[in-house]
Parts: sequence; C-alpha cells; structure tokens
Amino acid sequence: MVAASGPGGAALSWNVASDLRQVLAFHFMVNALRAGTIVAVAAAVIGWFMVLRRQSFAGHTLAVVAFPGAAGAIWLGVPAAFGYFGFSIAAALTIAAAGGISRGGEGFTEESAVTGTVQAFALACGFLFVTLYGGFLGGLTDLLFGTFLGITDTQVLSLLVLTIVALALLAITGRSLFFATIDPAVAAARGVPVAVLSVLFLVVLAVAAAEVSQITGALLVFALLVMPAAAAQQLTARPSLSLAITVVIALAVTWLGLGVAYFSVYPVGFFVTTFGFTAYVAAVIVRRGVDRLGGHTKSPSLVVAQ
Amino acid sequence: MTVAAARRLQSQAAPPPPKQPDSAPAVLARNAAITIGGRQLWSDVDLDVAAGEFVAVLGPNGVGKSTLVKAVLGLLPLSRGHLTVLGVPPGKAATRIGYLPQRRSFDAGLRVRGVDVVRCGLDGDRWGLPLPGMSRFSGRARAAAARVEEVLDLVDASEYAARPVGQVSGGEQQRLLIAQALVRRPELLVLDEPLDSLDLPSQASVAGLIARISQAEQVTVLLVAHDVNPILPYLNRVVYLATGGAVSGTPAEVITSETLSRLYQTPIEVVHTSEGRLVVVGQPEAPSLHSDHHAGRMYR
Repeated sequence: MVAASGPGGAALSWNVASDLRQVLAFHFMVNALRAGTIVAVAAAVIGWFMVLRRQSFAGHTLAVVAFPGAAGAIWLGVPAAFGYFGFSIAAALTIAAAGGISRGGEGFTEESAVTGTVQAFALACGFLFVTLYGGFLGGLTDLLFGTFLGITDTQVLSLLVLTIVALALLAITGRSLFFATIDPAVAAARGVPVAVLSVLFLVVLAVAAAEVSQITGALLVFALLVMPAAAAQQLTARPSLSLAITVVIALAVTWLGLGVAYFSVYPVGFFVTTFGFTAYVAAVIVRRGVDRLGGHTKSPSLVVAQ
Repeated sequence: MTVAAARRLQSQAAPPPPKQPDSAPAVLARNAAITIGGRQLWSDVDLDVAAGEFVAVLGPNGVGKSTLVKAVLGLLPLSRGHLTVLGVPPGKAATRIGYLPQRRSFDAGLRVRGVDVVRCGLDGDRWGLPLPGMSRFSGRARAAAARVEEVLDLVDASEYAARPVGQVSGGEQQRLLIAQALVRRPELLVLDEPLDSLDLPSQASVAGLIARISQAEQVTVLLVAHDVNPILPYLNRVVYLATGGAVSGTPAEVITSETLSRLYQTPIEVVHTSEGRLVVVGQPEAPSLHSDHHAGRMYR
C-alpha cells in the first residue's frame, strides 16, 4: 500500500533515513520542527506546573482565547501573533484579577467559574470577528486545529525569545512557586509572595498557551500543555524526574506528530494530540501495574474513603 | 564528636559568646485584645509561655484561637495590650518560628512526595530552582538533604516519605507537616489544630510525638486545640479562651469544673479517671452566645 501523500507531495517509505532527508529538504518543514521543538519545551515545563496547580481549565481557556485573538488580528490586518499573545495575556490578567477579588480562602471553585465566563465570552468574540472578516474558512480550521505550514524565520525567533523569557521567569521563581502550589498557607507565612506568583504564573501560562496554539491550534493546546505533564506525573512523584519526563514526552509527541503529518493530508494537531493521548494512556497503565506489583497496601480510593 | 564536645573545643579557641538569657519567655502577653471588623474577639488575655514549655490554647470553635496564633506570628496587630514573641515584637521572630496552619488534608491525587513537602519547609521560600544531583557537588545541598532525613527520622516518617503525599493517611500527613515546620530548627513551634480531623489513635500518637519533640529538641510548643483530652497528659500550661474571657495556668489549676463552668457560662464537668487522668465532659462546641443551631449541639 502506498501511504497518503502530504503537502510536499511526499511519499512515505520504510527507509527512515531517506524519509528524514525528505522531511528536512524543505525549509518550511525545518522551521516547523524548530518551532515545534521550542513550543514543546515551553509547553512541557509550564504545563507541568499547571497540572500540579490544578489550573488545566485556566490553561484551556487561555488557549481558546487565542482564537478570537488571532481572528481579531486578521480582521484588523495586524499579524496574528499580536492577537494570540494580546488576548491570552489580557484573559490571564482578567482571571487573576477576578480570582484575587473573590478569593476568600480556598477560591478554586470561584476561579473556575470566572474562567468559564471568560472562555464563553472569548469564543463569542471570536465568532463575531470571523463573521466581520467575512469568510476565511480555510484559515479558521488552521486557527482551531493547527498548521505547520508557513512558519517564518521571524516567527521561530520570536517564539524562541518568548520561551527563553518564560522559562527564565520559571527558573527564578521555581522553588517558591512549587512551595506556593502545594502548601500556600505555610508558604505565605514564610513570606513567599503567593498572590504575586499566582498572577505571574497565569501570565506565563498565557504566553505558553498562545505559543502552542500556533502549532496545534486553539482547541488542541492540551496535547502539549496537559498530556505530557499528566502522563509524567502518573509515572513518578519525584518532581525533577517527572519534569524531565514531561519534556521528553512533549518533544517525542511533537516530532512524531510533525513527521507523520508531513506524509499525510490530515492536520498536525490531530497527530500530536493522538500521540499525546497514547502517552497518557500508557502512563496510566504503567502506574496501575506498578501499584499492583509494588504492593502498596492502600489504594488511592481507600485513602479517600478514610 | 558530640555536640557538647564541639562546644567545649569552640569555647577553648575563642572567648565564650555572651550568654543568651534563657529566661526570656517564648510568648508574653499582657492585657492583649484583638478587634476584627469592629467586633472584639477577646480581651484581657495574659499569656506566659516559658522557653521549652508545652502550652495549649483551648476553647470552643470560633472564639478566636487562630486569631491569637496570627497575632503571635505577627500577621495581625493587637488592638490593645502588649505582646512579645521570643523576646521581640511579633513578626520580628518569623524565621525562628515553625508554623503548622489549620488545614484540610492534601488532595489524594497530588503527585508529590512527602519528602518534597518537608524540603519546602527548609528552602521553599528561596528563589531559584533546585537542581537534582547537586548533593554530589555542593556541601550546602548535602547538608540540606541530611537535615530533611534527620527530621523525617525524628517524626518517624522516613518509611512513607517517598510516597505521594496524597496517598498517605491523615496522621502520616500530619507527621510530615510537623517535620516541615521543624526542619529549620525553630525555637517556637506554633501548631493550629494539629489533631483536628485525625482518628483517635492518630490523635494520641501525634500528641505524644509533639510532646517528645518538645523535650528532645528543646523547642517551645504553642498548640491550639478545641479538645483538650488527647494532649492533657503532656501539657505544662493551658490557656482557655472563651467569650467570657480567658484563664491561664497549669492544667490542675485551670481544668476544674468550677473554672470551666464559669468561663463558658454553662455546666462543665471535669472527671478524674481511675488512671488519674483528667477528662473534660460537656465541653461546648461553640460560644454559648451563638445561634440556637450551635446551642442545640452543646450537650451532645
């Protein structure tokens, strides 16, 4: 059987080396791999904290917000990236501000209500912008489900700069952010600026979500933000190790997804998401097996019942 | 070389440092009062906690015990009176205090080990990122890891410290959190309801652990509780807060039917068991001035 042919008119063979050569022969593909690598590392690290902080819903919203951002930017005739980052960061500050005002003690339920409100409004705005622009349905699919075509050198460079800034912020605040995440009350008593860190992290998360949505599309951001981190945290409770595994999974998923998408007619977001999902399911199965073999006397459900 | 021997060596090499006055009380309050939102929670509170003592702050829910803790930590100002902590105004001594806030337990799905929670207590407020494997190169990282292990041993938590913290029992979580509060060698340990939400055997063993640490580590313990019975055998001193005022003294002085009944304005009986233990019966769950909803539960 002959494999489906992709955008380059390429055909997949069993010779991996020649396949690789074929992929790397095109500049747009090299740029896609560069951008994918940068985005995968950023999404993995930031997503790891997001999963630990139970802020996946906020992450999803910030990613969905990238859609009206991009649609609005295209309608106004400015580069889509401005829309992505502008809208995501604005949404992050909105969620942080609303969460901060309403937070009495444990404000997580309140935060998710605010987050949902922001998400619904953002989607409505996105639909309005698409209607105002008047028919760019092909572009709409790319916005929602991602594309790896036409990533320019400038875009790669700006992704790199943003990622370095975001990761540097996390490197500086990492230890206190970890403390504030798992034990906010004690961290606050120790003088850790818990509220400031929370806002800062949401902004960093917004940057990551906007970056990722340029590759996987606004709806499939979870493929890179959540799945690798969730899979790694299933595999180990050791923080540094699970962070490393997260990055490895994210890179593997991205490279595989881009490679397969090149030889196929289907969007890259589908493949990245499918591989991410596979990694997560595999991690859950491995953990179940380890728990059973490892002879943990208490299953998690038993502890909950106590 | 023992610590004492090291101290001797040091004192031979250099003139002895000026001796700290050991008698400086850990907590000293005179006529203290706190007002929150125009409502006076309590007033005329006198508190004397000597260094090394195990003191309980008792009283029904909602009377302002946690507020007293916040005042000691320097997070809330007094509206009247005078308070010093470890010889200095509250807030100046924050780094010398280990604090365990009132809390629910960790989420069962939290995939972080107990040892990581304890480690946060040591250096979680620092900037930067802990790098794995640093103990091979850096003496400070090695010392930090050793201190965490030591304090885990102290609370008997080494066995389950490598397991995800959400999957150990409530009593085990409480031991890990006590280790977290202790890891920086505080002079004063402030524990807000550490026995809350534990089953009875865990209450007894955690109470015994706190008493043992208080003696072994020479650390003063200020423990907030609404039920005195599990900690009663270990206490040097109790402070009873109630809407009617506050009374402090040794357990024998304060925990009498007469004093408690006067304090709560409701009949309370203190029973001596055959083993010579005191048991408080009919302790109200909430201030008697509160709504009928609470009053209905009072004699349960």
